[in-house]
Amino acid sequence: MVNRESNVFPGILGRVCDRPCEPACRRGRVEEKPVAICRLKRVAADHRDDVTQFLPRAPRQKNGKRVACIGAGPASLTVANDLMPLGYDVTIFEKWGTPGGLMRTNIPSFRLPASVLAEEIGYIVDMGVDLRLGTPIESLKALLDSREFDAVFVGSGAPKGKDLSLPGRHETQAVEDHIHIGIDWLESVAFDHIKSIGKRVLIIGVGNTAMDCCRSSLRLGATEVKVMARKPRNFFKASDWELEDAEDENVEIVINHAPKSFVVENGKLTGMMFDRMEYQLDGNKILSEKVAGEVFFPCDDVILAIGQENAFPWIENDLGVEFDKWHVPKVDKLTFQSSRPDVFFGGDAAFGPKNIIWAVEHGHQAAISLHRFLQGQSVRERLPALLNLSSRKMGLHEWSYKNDYNPVERRLMPHVDLKERFKKINIEVELGFNAEQAAAEVQRCLNCDVQTVFDAKLCIECDACIDICPVDCLTMTANRPEEELRQHLKAPSRNKTQPLFVSSALKHTARVMVKDEDLCVHCGLCAERCPTAAWDMQKSTISIPHASDESPSCTPPQTLKIA
Amino acid sequence: MSFITKPKITHPGLPKNDIGLTRRDYEGGMSTLCAGCGHDSVTAAVIEAVWGLSIRPEQLAKLSGIGCSSKTTAYFDSGGHGFNGVHGRMPSIATGAAAANRDLYYVGISGDGDTLSIGFGQFAHAIRRNVNMLYLIENNGVYGLTKGQFSASADIGSKAKRGEENKQPPVDPVMTALMLGATFVARSFSGDKEQLVPLIKAGLRHNGFALIDVLSPCVTFNDHEGSTKSYEFVRDHYDEVVHADFVPPATEITAQYAEGHALPVTLHDGSRILLRKLDPSYDPTDRTRAIGYLREKLQQGEHVTGLIYVDQSSSDFHAVNNTTATPLNQMAYEKLTPGRKGMEKIMGRYR
Repeated sequence: MVNRESNVFPGILGRVCDRPCEPACRRGRVEEKPVAICRLKRVAADHRDDVTQFLPRAPRQKNGKRVACIGAGPASLTVANDLMPLGYDVTIFEKWGTPGGLMRTNIPSFRLPASVLAEEIGYIVDMGVDLRLGTPIESLKALLDSREFDAVFVGSGAPKGKDLSLPGRHETQAVEDHIHIGIDWLESVAFDHIKSIGKRVLIIGVGNTAMDCCRSSLRLGATEVKVMARKPRNFFKASDWELEDAEDENVEIVINHAPKSFVVENGKLTGMMFDRMEYQLDGNKILSEKVAGEVFFPCDDVILAIGQENAFPWIENDLGVEFDKWHVPKVDKLTFQSSRPDVFFGGDAAFGPKNIIWAVEHGHQAAISLHRFLQGQSVRERLPALLNLSSRKMGLHEWSYKNDYNPVERRLMPHVDLKERFKKINIEVELGFNAEQAAAEVQRCLNCDVQTVFDAKLCIECDACIDICPVDCLTMTANRPEEELRQHLKAPSRNKTQPLFVSSALKHTARVMVKDEDLCVHCGLCAERCPTAAWDMQKSTISIPHASDESPSCTPPQTLKIA
Repeated sequence: MSFITKPKITHPGLPKNDIGLTRRDYEGGMSTLCAGCGHDSVTAAVIEAVWGLSIRPEQLAKLSGIGCSSKTTAYFDSGGHGFNGVHGRMPSIATGAAAANRDLYYVGISGDGDTLSIGFGQFAHAIRRNVNMLYLIENNGVYGLTKGQFSASADIGSKAKRGEENKQPPVDPVMTALMLGATFVARSFSGDKEQLVPLIKAGLRHNGFALIDVLSPCVTFNDHEGSTKSYEFVRDHYDEVVHADFVPPATEITAQYAEGHALPVTLHDGSRILLRKLDPSYDPTDRTRAIGYLREKLQQGEHVTGLIYVDQSSSDFHAVNNTTATPLNQMAYEKLTPGRKGMEKIMGRYR
């Protein structure tokens, strides 16, 4: 349930998340690889017992307000998840016959089994959401005019794949039949409309959609799949692990080739012509580029995976919902409210393609706004995030967290055998961590939530903490400006963007205790070696408010509850 | 003590010494002393100094007797040699080891009980012989291992944890060493590594017996109000008379010092100690005046610290006793034993 609180779809995101959390993980600073946070969420989700009795429930007594969500993707589902327990009537309109949005249509089932999707979506829908499948909204005006709803949330995603207008693209119908738009093609595969593809396939683009396209092709009969990249590897948009997984399946990634034209012979697609590019690079910057020649790649099919856009042909111009010149709706970044107060946006529909976890976060924030808006309160006066600290000390050198540093490297995800996995399109490739792997991976965590808290009044300057610190992150020295202070640390300061902790002046010598948090492994030895408990290990709990934390009427509470 | 061992992980920017090792390579087992014990800081200072001198871990011989202090040899340089002797008998083991192998650096670690009570005689003779070793006293004024009785270094008027006052005069190891003719006498404080680390380096390189009396508070039994060896008292009554900067051989002294304030002393191996006199009238090469100065400060209840006396001219243990330059363990067996015939000849002399 903790897993579900802000994540909402732990089983889904534990498999296919874009993992913005992992680059931030501090384990990546002490060795190369961060903790496999994403896959651990999957472990927790896969091995749970029946949680149905703990799930939020909608009250029998409704509050009379009705919210329409457009599109049954992660953003809309999160809105429903947050608003149903508060007594709202939520209706979700979905054009397809199944809910899930892009999670279902664009993520192949060998990465995300349909059963996982169905279960986690079911938790939300079963609260009593009015889910209207096969019901595309063709006019927002009509929806608003019907007066059936008090507010509308647009979570319709970015459903339009970009096309590539090159010579030969529309030469004959036979050619068009073999050039596919990535996300549309994945959608057709997901709904079993497409069951095969030619032997030789070229994928244009190297984003995560391209990875899904190339791996799906292999499962539909392709034997020679090439992903064509315009730029060198460090410019790829796809996540490293998705690239690795594709290359494991013998997909060839060809760099520095810019598409030039579709080659058509006798009305049939025979291949594509590319410009071979040469770049002058300075780290991650391209200084100059030039075309060094032309190359022909034969193929039977081409899949274009060069990006997607949001499109709102169904939103009329005169409704008060404003768009900018790129046809992107003007949406407030804090409240997700559009220029029309009763219309809110979230997910890819709001700011263009991002990822599922962002869509979930948009959903949470939009739910708070919808709740406040429908209770007649300002959408901008939101509850602040809170931080609570509590000591982890249980006894002499005993802490209520595992403080020992575990040196093991990141566990590798076990995969289904290469031959086995191509037999059917829906064989999940990743098997999930076993108990041993999960236990080891969990112990790689550096416990950033357990903070070293220093009380200068208690310090007797015995040096014990400084002597014991394995990563030399503590220093006692005369106080001076931060830049100078960094020159006087026990170990060189590597991460200038992380502020130093500087205590108030110490009792005996008026020096200060300085901590460079950068590489601290939170082993708690400073606190164990401290004779006066000037150091303590304290758990910090961040409380991020959700709609359920607001009072039912959104008014400030009369008395403060002290936890 | 702690329940977990110190994680092996290190800061990637940790500096390396001339032989490519980091400070972490000179660590030992996990300390089982009380949290905040001064002795652990002394251990850290020894690590820092040995690392700084680029001594190979196996070039160090760690010797100790009995007591909290004597446990600490296990907490640094696990790659070195070690001998944990009988109570107060570390000096004779050091003397024997030094006679057999002059290639090692000898570090004896002792406490106020081990040195000034049970081992007082041994201490005196090691000084008399000018044994080539660094002798560190971790001095806290109490018997910590037996729950805090006054030791022989407890000052008159110093109060025990339960309030009783010490009425017997203390034995001052620094004064004693000066009287006995020691050639390198220093006092420092576990809470002042800036002073202690260069002193340890100089002491290791000194040709002869080097004594550093380190005030090393016992956090458990002698860190209260009324104690004269608590962190607070030592800091308040701290009189650093001469600061010693250790300068390795072939390094230029670049800092500028006022006339009469700096005094370079060249050690046997060419390295130097640059003495910064914080009291310009003090002369660390004049034994008689040093004793007078100490007496005066002792009456004022001050702890005089720094390099109090240094003498580079007197002969060391090896020169006086004509010990072998080749370590015994590198000599052929035939050379070390007289053989049956030789033995009979020797025995014949006593018949």
